[in-house]
Amino acid sequence: MKSIIRDGLWQNNPGIVQLLGLCPLLAISNTAVNALGLAIATLFVLTFSNLTVSLARRGLQSEIRIPAYVLIIASLVTAIELFFHAFAPELHARLGIFLPLIVTNCAIIARAEAFASRQPPLRAVADGIAHGLGFAWVLMLIGVLREAIGSGRVFADLGTLIPGAGNAGLQFADGGLLIALLPPGAFFALALVLILRNLIVARQSATAAEPAHES
Amino acid sequence: MSADIKRTSVVGGTLKLTAFAAFAALIVAASWQLTHERIEQNLHTARMAQFATVLSGVAFDRIDYDNPELVSPPHTLPGSTREVRIYRVYQNDAIVAWVFNVYAAGYSGPIELMVGIDRRQQVTAVRVLSHTETPGLGDDIERSKSDWIASFNNQALGDDQADWALRKDGGRFDAFTGASITPRAVVIAVRDTLRYAERYEETLIMEPSE
Repeated sequence: MKSIIRDGLWQNNPGIVQLLGLCPLLAISNTAVNALGLAIATLFVLTFSNLTVSLARRGLQSEIRIPAYVLIIASLVTAIELFFHAFAPELHARLGIFLPLIVTNCAIIARAEAFASRQPPLRAVADGIAHGLGFAWVLMLIGVLREAIGSGRVFADLGTLIPGAGNAGLQFADGGLLIALLPPGAFFALALVLILRNLIVARQSATAAEPAHES
Repeated sequence: MSADIKRTSVVGGTLKLTAFAAFAALIVAASWQLTHERIEQNLHTARMAQFATVLSGVAFDRIDYDNPELVSPPHTLPGSTREVRIYRVYQNDAIVAWVFNVYAAGYSGPIELMVGIDRRQQVTAVRVLSHTETPGLGDDIERSKSDWIASFNNQALGDDQADWALRKDGGRFDAFTGASITPRAVVIAVRDTLRYAERYEETLIMEPSE
């Protein structure tokens, strides 16, 4: 169970290791609140699609697996889109096409095929949550980075996601570097996060390798 | 023998997929059941709020949402290739204003606008419903980003229509920093809407036929 969680959050993270689902990751990470909204929706879809696939895994012979995944994921995405439209209409408007496009996030179908289709429900759910959270923290990190650099504040318009929360956000500078909010900024921010990850991995393997040299 | 096995698996697979499709339909139906009333209510509230903001300063008691005047292309309103809607606004069953739902030709696509015009042929207010302008440059047309859109409030065409333009084009409206195509598109769109309202006033003050 521990390895499932480590796998999703770090070792095999969909965003920065498998590099799956880059289209929403790059497009919706322009503000922290957009990122959070998409992260929640993706987490929900991933968890429930894993659960459903795992429950039905014995009945799914290989010929019908893919169409069955598509059915499950598409209906879950439609459901979450309806709920966003009903309970967070402004955020729904801003996420726009990227909410229904969760259906094309290959991270989800990858988890269904590679993990949930051959694991018991509990482990499949844990895997869905772990990978969902793994995708979420990368999305959030890039969102916070881009919003902070691009507009000098973070978590503006939080009220569109959590009713009652203010829309002002945390302002710490007046204005910012516009490019961070534009599409190129998404690639730069992703590159920064990937550099960070590679540095950490390099350091880890260096410390792991050292004792071996001494012996 | 192997053909038999294959047939059973095809039939079984079809049945299973059908069951899956039914399950998927159930999920969607249940979610729709739980949310559709609230969604409609949200859409209605959002539309009401938008109408209220573009009708600032107008005393009205009713907006005819359900029977807008539909203007099909070709026409001289902004967004000439699209069908455009004109909503009538009433006070004591007399038309006191119109709300035009038109499209300006923005820098990177249509800018959907609501333009309120009263019986004196003055703009009551303008709001942007949706657009795809560059964030940080063109999106100052949004009321939440800047006051710029309020510069149309209470403006009329006037006798000298030449000054209904950006200041840099010799007109009366300021552009905002960093962009001129976007504000120019909105200024032109509002001007064309006013011209249309003036030219077709006689048709517009008539009740919807039916």
